[in-house]
Amino acid sequence: MQKPFRRWEGIGSRYMADDLNWAIGGEAGDGINSTGKIFAQALSRAGRHVFTSKDFASRIRGGYTAYKVRNAVENVESVVDRLDVLIALTQRTVEENMDELHEGSVIIYDGERTMMEDFEAPEGMIGLSVPLKRLAEDAGGAIMQNIVALGAACEVTNFPIENLDEALEKRFGDKGESIVRNNKEAARLGEEYVVEEIDHEDFGYDIETTDADYVLLNGDEAIGMGAIAAGCRFYSGYPITPATDVMEYLTGRLERYGGHVVQAEDELAAINMALGAARAGARAMTATSGPGIDLMTETFGLVATTETPLVICDVMRSGPSTGMPTKQEQGDLDALLYGGHGEVPRLVVAPTTVAECFHKTIEAFNLAERYQMPVYLVSDLAMAVTEQTYPPEEFDMDAVEIDRGNLVGEGELDPWLNDSEQFQPHFPAADGISPRTLPGTAGGAHMTTGLEHDALGRRTEDSEVRVEQVDKRTQKVRTAEEEGEWDYREFGDPDADTLVLSWGSNEGAMREGMALLDEESIDVRFISVPYLFPRPDLTEAVESAEEVIVVECNATGQFADVIEYDTLERVKRVNKYTGVRFKADELATRISEELEGPQEITP
Amino acid sequence: MSSDVRFIDFKSDKQPTWCPGCGDFGTMNGMMKALANTGNDPDNTFIVAGIGCSGKIGTYMHSYALHGVHGRALPVGIGVKTANPDLEVMVSGGDGDGYSIGAGHFVHAVRRNVDMSYVVMDNRIYGLTKGQFSPTSREDFETATSPEGPKQAPVNPLALALSAGGTFIAQTFSSDAQRHTEIVQEAVEHDGFGFVNVYSPCVTFNDVDTYDYFRDTIVDLDEEDHDPTDRDAAAERITDPETEYQGVIYRDEDSVPYGDLHDLGSNMADVPDGAPENATDLVREFY
Repeated sequence: MQKPFRRWEGIGSRYMADDLNWAIGGEAGDGINSTGKIFAQALSRAGRHVFTSKDFASRIRGGYTAYKVRNAVENVESVVDRLDVLIALTQRTVEENMDELHEGSVIIYDGERTMMEDFEAPEGMIGLSVPLKRLAEDAGGAIMQNIVALGAACEVTNFPIENLDEALEKRFGDKGESIVRNNKEAARLGEEYVVEEIDHEDFGYDIETTDADYVLLNGDEAIGMGAIAAGCRFYSGYPITPATDVMEYLTGRLERYGGHVVQAEDELAAINMALGAARAGARAMTATSGPGIDLMTETFGLVATTETPLVICDVMRSGPSTGMPTKQEQGDLDALLYGGHGEVPRLVVAPTTVAECFHKTIEAFNLAERYQMPVYLVSDLAMAVTEQTYPPEEFDMDAVEIDRGNLVGEGELDPWLNDSEQFQPHFPAADGISPRTLPGTAGGAHMTTGLEHDALGRRTEDSEVRVEQVDKRTQKVRTAEEEGEWDYREFGDPDADTLVLSWGSNEGAMREGMALLDEESIDVRFISVPYLFPRPDLTEAVESAEEVIVVECNATGQFADVIEYDTLERVKRVNKYTGVRFKADELATRISEELEGPQEITP
Repeated sequence: MSSDVRFIDFKSDKQPTWCPGCGDFGTMNGMMKALANTGNDPDNTFIVAGIGCSGKIGTYMHSYALHGVHGRALPVGIGVKTANPDLEVMVSGGDGDGYSIGAGHFVHAVRRNVDMSYVVMDNRIYGLTKGQFSPTSREDFETATSPEGPKQAPVNPLALALSAGGTFIAQTFSSDAQRHTEIVQEAVEHDGFGFVNVYSPCVTFNDVDTYDYFRDTIVDLDEEDHDPTDRDAAAERITDPETEYQGVIYRDEDSVPYGDLHDLGSNMADVPDGAPENATDLVREFY
C-alpha cells in the first residue's frame, strides 16, 4: 500500500508532506461543523481524498469543539497527531491542540476579537491575524466570519478558491443567490487580506488538486443509503448520539422511495414498530446506540423467537450507562453477542470502514430475511462522525441484489399446510428455515408469539415441541454458518510473524499504522473482521503467527476474549478507552511496544 | 375482502383457557363480529395482543397475529398499519398492558391517530399473576399486593385519551353483547385511532367490579342526551367519578388519520429485486 505521509522535515524547509492536516476550532455554536464540512467538501471537489474527525468536547469542561480535515491526493483513512493549519476562533482551541501543532504550523485567528487580542502564536509557529469579523461585515454580515477564515486558509495552503465557491454553492444554494454571492465575497476578502498583508512564502503549503470526482459521506449516511438501496421502507427510531444521523439521513429520502420514518416515543416503541412493519412484510430497521440497545433487548428476543427479519443498528459510543455520549468506544460487543435472556439466535455484522457501512447494511437486510432473524449491524462513533471520500463507483447501485428468503405467496402454500390445511410459519424444516407469508396472503393467516410455540405459532409447553423449536432456531444459525462466506479483510504480509486482529473502525488507522511499522522494519499481517457472529475461523491464522495482537477501543478486550475462546490461544491486547479513536502513529507505537518494549514512532 | 365472511371465521380451533364466565369471552366475540361486519376477513386482518389473560386472544382468534412483549402491542400495530395500510389492524390488551407498563405508548398512539382500533379488556385487576392491583383498581381495593388498597388514584384511561388528542373514545361492557359489538364496529370504521375501554370482569380475582356491579350502575349514553362530537360534554362525562358510562363518548368527525397526513398508501412489502430506480441519485447527493 501507499506510504501515507512523510516525516516533518524541520523548521524552514518547505513543508512537503503528502497530506495536509487542517482544522477549525471554537466554541459549540460557532458553526464549526458546518464550516469544516464546507472546506472538506471543497477539497473533495478538488479531487483530494478527505478524512474528517470531530472533537466534540474535551479534557477540561466547556464547549470546545473542532472539525479536522486530513486530506491528500492519495487515500487517507485515519487521523494523525499532526495539525498544519488551524483556524482558532478561541485561544482554547490552540491550547487543546498543542500536542498536534508543530513548528511551521499556521494559526489563523482574529486579533481584533477582544478574547484573541493578546494571543501570540507559540514559538516556531506562524500566527496569522486576520480581521475575520470586520471583513465579514464588509461582505454583508458578521455571520460569515468563518467563511472569511476559509478564504484565508485557501491562500495559506495555495488552494484555488474556486473549489471553495462550489462548496459554498452547495451549502447555501437553497438560501438564495445573494447569500451565495456574499459568502463568496467573504472568502475573497479573507484571501486578499492574506495576499496583501502577509508574505506568502512564509507558509510553504501547496495543495495539489486532481480531476478525480469523489463523494464525501459519513458512516451513518452510508448506513442510511445502504438501507434504501436494500429496499428498507420502514424506519423507526429515537434520537440518540451518534446514531441520529441515520434517522436524519433517511427522513425525507426514505419517503422518496415509498417508505416512511417514524420518530418513536422511545426505543421500546422504535423496535416494536419496526417489528410490526417487518411482520407486515416491509424491510424494516431501527438504529440506536448502547442505551437504546439495552432498552430494545427484551423485544430483540421476541424478534428472534417469532423469526422476524429485522435490522437493528448499534452505533456504539462510550458506556456504560450514559457514559460519554460523544466519545468513541467499542464496548457493546458482549451485549450484542450475548445480550438478552434465554438463548437468542442472532447475526452480528460490523462494517470496518465508511464504505463498508453501505455494503454491510445491504447484506444485513438480506441475511435478516434469508434466516428470518434479527441482525445487529454494528458501527461506532468514529465511523459515524467521519466524513470520508470515495469514488462514486464504490456505491454501485446496479450491483445491489435483494434476497427475500423463503417468502411464499398464494398458490405456494400447499407444502407448508398441516393436515387441517393450516399454514405453519414455524415449520421445523431440515435447514431450520420456515416458509413466510405476508399478511394479505389468502390462506396464510397465522399467529406467532414470544411464548414458546409450535409450528402453527401457538403457545406450547410440550417438551418435544419445545426441543423441536429450539433445535430449529439453532439450526438456522448453523445453516447460516455453513452457507455464508464469513470472510475477513486481510492486509500486509500473509507470512509475517506478527498478526494484528481488529474489528470496527480501527481498520483505517491500522492500515496506515502498518506503513509506519514498515519503516521500522516491523512486518505485520493484519486481519480486519467484519463478521462477529457467525465469524471466520481464525485458528490457523492465530496458530501460524508468533505474536497475535488484538486491537480494539474498549478496556477489557471483548474481541480478544472471543478470539481466545475460538482459537484456544492467548493473545496480546492493545486497548484504548479514552474516548478517542486510535490514530495511525499512536497505534503503530502501541503495537511496536507490544513487540519490542517501549519506544515511540512519530510521523 | 369477501362479503360472506362470518364472525366464526375469525375463531381459531383453539378453546380459550379463560376462567368460565370471564368477561374476555364477550369482549372477543364482539371484536370478531365487528371485524366481520365491517367486511374484513382473517387474511387481511392483523391482531396484536399484549401480555396477560387478554393477550391470549391472538390464539383464540384466527387472523394474522402477533402476541408480543408486555406493554408494547400498540407500537407493533402502528408498524403493521404504516407498512401496509390495506390491512385492518386491531390491537388488544388488558389494563396492565395498556395503562401501566404500556401507558407511555398509549398516550403517543392516541396522539399519532393511526387508523386502527384498540380494545382494552379492563378488569381492574391483574388476573394472570393471580390477583394484584392494577392501574385501574380502586384506591381501597384490597389485593395480595395492596392489603389496605393501593392508596393511589386509579388511571382514568378515557381522560388520558381525551387529553392526548383522542379522536374516538368509547367504553363498553363485555356482557352487553349488542352494544359492545356496535361500538367496537364504530371504532373499526373510524378514520383514525378507535379506542374502546371494555369493562371485562374478572370472576376469579375481582369481587368488587363484578357483572352485578356494572349491570346495576352502568349508564348507556345512547339513553342520555349526549352529543359525542361535543368535546366539552365528553370531558364532563369522562371526569365524572360517580358514573360508569357505556357508549361512544367522544368522536372527532374531522379526524384525519396519520397515514393520510403522511401520504402513506403503498404496501411497503413490495420492493424490487435490486436497488430502487434512481437510487444512484443518492450517491450523487454526496458530490
